[in-house]
Formats: sequence, C-alpha cells, structure tokens
Amino acid sequence: MAKGRVEIATEFCKSCEYCVISCPKNCLAVGEKVNSKGYPYVVSANPDDCIGCAMCAQMCPESAIEVWRG
Amino acid sequence: MAERVFMKGCEAIAEAGVRAGCRFFAGYPITPQNEIPEYFARRMPEVNGIFVQGESEVASVNMLYGAAAAGTRAMSSSSSCGISLYSEGISYLASARLPAVIVNVQRGGPGIGAIQPAQQDYLQATKASGNGGFKMIVLAPSTVQECVDLVYESFELAARDNNPVLVLTDGVIGTMMEPVVLPPMKTDEELAAIKAHWDVNKRACIGHPLGQRATCFPGSVGTGQEIANKEAEAMYKTWDKDVRVEKFMVDDAEIIFAAYGISARISKAIVRQLRAEGIKAGLIRPITVSPFPYDAFRDLDFNQVKGILDVEMSIPAQMRWDIDFAVQGRCPIRECRRSGGQLLTNDQVLAGARELIKEVL
Amino acid sequence: MEKVYTKTQGIFQDVVSGFCPGCMHGTAHKLVGEVVEELGMLDKLVRVEGVGCCGLGQSYVSHDVIIAAHGRACAVATGVKRCSPDSLVYTYQGDGDLASIGLDETVSAANRGENFTVIFINNGIYGMTGGQMAPTTLVGMKATTAPFGRNPKEHGYPMHVCELLSQLTAPQFIVRTAVDTPQNVIKTRKYIKQAFQNQIDGKGFSLVEIVTTCPTNWGYSAKDSLTFLREKMFAEFPLGVYRDKDKEEA
Repeated sequence: MAKGRVEIATEFCKSCEYCVISCPKNCLAVGEKVNSKGYPYVVSANPDDCIGCAMCAQMCPESAIEVWRG
Repeated sequence: MAERVFMKGCEAIAEAGVRAGCRFFAGYPITPQNEIPEYFARRMPEVNGIFVQGESEVASVNMLYGAAAAGTRAMSSSSSCGISLYSEGISYLASARLPAVIVNVQRGGPGIGAIQPAQQDYLQATKASGNGGFKMIVLAPSTVQECVDLVYESFELAARDNNPVLVLTDGVIGTMMEPVVLPPMKTDEELAAIKAHWDVNKRACIGHPLGQRATCFPGSVGTGQEIANKEAEAMYKTWDKDVRVEKFMVDDAEIIFAAYGISARISKAIVRQLRAEGIKAGLIRPITVSPFPYDAFRDLDFNQVKGILDVEMSIPAQMRWDIDFAVQGRCPIRECRRSGGQLLTNDQVLAGARELIKEVL
Repeated sequence: MEKVYTKTQGIFQDVVSGFCPGCMHGTAHKLVGEVVEELGMLDKLVRVEGVGCCGLGQSYVSHDVIIAAHGRACAVATGVKRCSPDSLVYTYQGDGDLASIGLDETVSAANRGENFTVIFINNGIYGMTGGQMAPTTLVGMKATTAPFGRNPKEHGYPMHVCELLSQLTAPQFIVRTAVDTPQNVIKTRKYIKQAFQNQIDGKGFSLVEIVTTCPTNWGYSAKDSLTFLREKMFAEFPLGVYRDKDKEEA
C-alpha cells in the first residue's frame, strides 16, 4: 500500500523532468502521451512506491503536482 | 480670506503643489529649479507627505510612476536636460494612464546647454516628451501667480484625464519673486476621497483581495495596444475645451506678437509702448501650448493683420512652427529670438518689432 | 490521505505560465506566492515587475502588478512603498534588468534601505531578447552578442550583485540561493519568507538572488542545464547569506 499519491495536472506539465530526477523512489517518468501544447507529460509510473514526500512538487516550476500523504 | 505672500517662482510652484494635494515629490538637483525640491524637502514632513531625492532624473520620474500607481497625488520638477531623462517615465505615465504633474523650469540647450533661462524645450514639451506619440496638456505660465494657479489646476486636469500634465516655465519666472495669492489647502478628507475614488476604479496598486487585483500595465500586447492608443486619442480630442489663450489688444491690431511665458511678458510691455506711439500692436499668448490655440491665429482677419512677430528665447525658433501651421502663409511671420541662456531685452524685442513694422506697414 | 502540497493562490489556478520548460522563474513565482499566502498577506501584495522574461509573470500571478520600465523596478517600488507603507511590495527582476540597466536604481534603493523586498533571478543571460550577454554572463560563456564567449579584456567579468550590495551599510538581508534541488527550494522558501518578514517588521531592504537556469538560451536540455548551473554558475556565484543584520546584531 502506497504511503503517498501524486496528481499531475498534465496540461501544465512541460516535461522538464525536474520532478523525475528529484523523486527519491523513482516513481515518476515521462509518459507516452502528449498534452495539447505538445509536451510528453510526466506520469506516476510506480505509484505504489510513492511516499508522499512532495520533493517532485517542490521542484516543479509549473506547480503542476499535488501531493497526498498518509 | 486668501493669503497674499511674496514668493519666489520655484517655491510658489512647490507650495501650490502641496495645496493641490501633492503628497509625493521625487526629484534630482538641477539648476535653475533647485528651490522646488528644497522647498518640498522642508514642507512635506509638515503635511505628512513624502519627499525623496532620487539618485537620478530617471529614478525620480519612475518613483513618481510608482507613487501615482499607488493612488497618491505626485509631482516632480526638473530642467531641460533633466526633462530629457524624464522622457522615459513620462511616456510610461502616459501609457499606463497615470496622473502626475511635471514642471520644466527651462534652461539653455541642447545638451547641458546653459544654466540660465531659455525656452528651448517647446517642441519636446508639446510634441514628443518621450516615445510613442502620446500627448500631454502643457501649461505655460508667464507670472509667478499664474504658476501657482496652473500648478494647482494641473493636478485636477491630470486626475480628470489620467494623464501626465506638464507645466512649462523657465528660469526667469522660477527665480523671480512676486506677490501671489495662494489657493486653499486641500483637506485630508478631500485627499482621502480622491485616493478612494481612484481605488474604487480599481486602479491603486496597493494590494487587493484575490480576484480583484489592480494592475498598472503600460502598453499591452497585440491589439490591446491599438485599443489603448485609440482610447488615448479619444481623450486628446476632448481637449478643445481646454485651450487657453490670452489675447491682448488683438481686436484692431495690425502687428501681432506671438509669445508664451516670460517672452510674452516682455512682448506685452512693447505692445503698450507701440500703442502709445499710435501703432496698432497686439499680443497672442498661448497659455496652453498643448493643446495649442491654433484658432486664435487661424481666425485672425488677415486683411487687417499685416505681420506676426514670434518672440522666443530659442534659436532656432520652435513655437513658430505651430504659428505657421495656423497662419498658412497668409501674412509674414518674423522672429525675434535669443537662446542659450541669453535673456531677451525690451530693446531687442522693440528692435524686432520695428523691423517688422518697416517691412509690412 | 492528507493533501500535503497544492498550488499556491498567489498564482492564477488556470493559467499555464509562459516560461520555457525547465525555466525556474515558475519556481520563484510559486515560492513568493506560497510564502505570502502563509503570511496571510496576499491581499496586500504588490509586485513591481521588471522587463524581460520576468515580465511573463504579469499574466501568471494573481495579485496586484505594476509593470516598471526596464531597470526601474526599485525606483517604482520606492514610490509605491513610501506612499502605501501597509502594502507588501516586492520587485521581481532579472539580471539584465537589475544589474545592468537598473544597477543605479538597485544600488540606490539598497543604500537608502528602502523597506521592500527584491527577488532577483540570475541566469547569466538575456532570455526574452534571445540570449544576449548579461552582466552576469560567465567568462567564456557564449551569447549572441558575445559569439566567441565572454572575453574579460573586452567585456569585463561577471557582476556579483550580492557581494556588491553587501558593501553598503543600510541593507538588512542579502542572500544568494538556488532552486535546483528540493532541499534548495525549501531553503529558498525560508529566505524569501525572511525577506518578506523583514519588510513587515520595517527592517528595510532585503534581496534574494536566485541563481537559475536558462535551458533555452544556454542551449541545454532542462536536465543538462542543472549540471551547468551547479558546475559553472555556482562556482562563479557562491550561494550563501551575504548580509543578515539580525544575525550580526545577535
């Protein structure tokens, strides 16, 4: 059971991957789909490993990530 | 009972500003207008106002911009080459539609020119005090009393139009002393009402609850800028009613002096002298040099008027082009000029008039 | 589960920023929003905005905005804050705006100890105009107006704003920080909060310099720009607190 959960506002993602490289559990990855601006947005690839630390959200320049923990 | 006091032009300008509700002044030292910032530095603490000596003219006019954006009646002054540095900020004030009053106590030019009085910023003041083709009401007093009255009123004009207003005077008027009647002091209640009205219109950038933000955007992207330009133009077109001109003994005049500010005062003395000799002379003195009183010249009876003498402390002459535009070659226009800080004397203006009279009468 | 991170109300909820992928302007914007929201003063917040990429913030932030002429933000903020002392005023400026065309206004406002907050974004390049040399461009770093790299004999050396301003007596708080790691983001949030708290407490001029990336004009991917940031930019612009009067007095 995951300790945390992220929700990515895909339309805001610009695929800079700052979240991907800052996730201590390697939960995030660039997905295969693109948003309306043409960016292949980041998805939660290993959601079960999420600990809700919010490192990804801290790093996201676009405030595109919301995080839950508990 | 109105107060009648003996005051120097620059100090009277400053006091008129305070009485009109100016509560922010920023400026940078430059001769011959230093008495204005010096007066504000002493006076502002007495009325709970702010005086800042800017690090430059560029900074001062941008402080003015900030104060105006916060909804405060604000004013600044400088002289000629200093006003050139203001042009960035004046253009921004006009673009953001912010009210502010700027006084130019003119000195010689171009460049550093001379610290003595001149009238060499006419075209800059009336045609292009910055980029973008905006306009300002430009008021040109010819006495210390008129400085007081026009500065006092300029705050109302600026607030009415949300546009900067320029008072164009010179180092003679700025440094001379004359008796003046001072206007009433705006009360704190009146000033609070002015500030509140500004904020009701959601303009004062002082912080607002979410969803009600105020913005101060000079210019905008795409079609927004064109819309703003058109709105400004519509406002400029309302200025016909604001045109002000003094016509002195013009009705039957055959020789017309055209002059503003201190030159008009000298010209007036010569008109009287020529009248005493039986020569039908008159004076047209623009008080608003922008909007210019074109009609005062356009509507002259050119069967009666034989010649116009443009009197200016500027070489080359500058107001001359506005007169030309109105007269359209219907009578000769001659010039009587000094520049670079050299004052016109009665004798010089009289000599200029005599030459014109010899030519056309 | 409990929500532990959400978008600040300090920026519009439904507006996608105009910043390039990996640009840290967005990070700086959200940190200002988060801090002031935490202080409960979003309704008093006035942003005086410089010209350049920082100008993209005008349609991104939800609070009052005044656009200043290029370089004049500190002069404009002086006018605003003096006339409206209850407002929470900050300037938001890039390196060209603050350290080149606006250096006089910056130094003079700092020297007067003006009671507002400066957020200074230093990415060593002119972004908006397309990659020209900035006062903070590194020696040897290429720019469109220094196509062979910044040459000290011709262009001088990178300008160190924090070091320069910390020579003055008046400033309250001067810090250089970064947002390249979650740890640094958290640290920067703390600094920004201190800078705004100083203003609330009437302590005077506070400046937070954030050394950031410009992936687009540096010519790197966002990820690779972090390497350049850490290896080159941080070497030239050491992170740290350059002035904190609170600590000096303690």
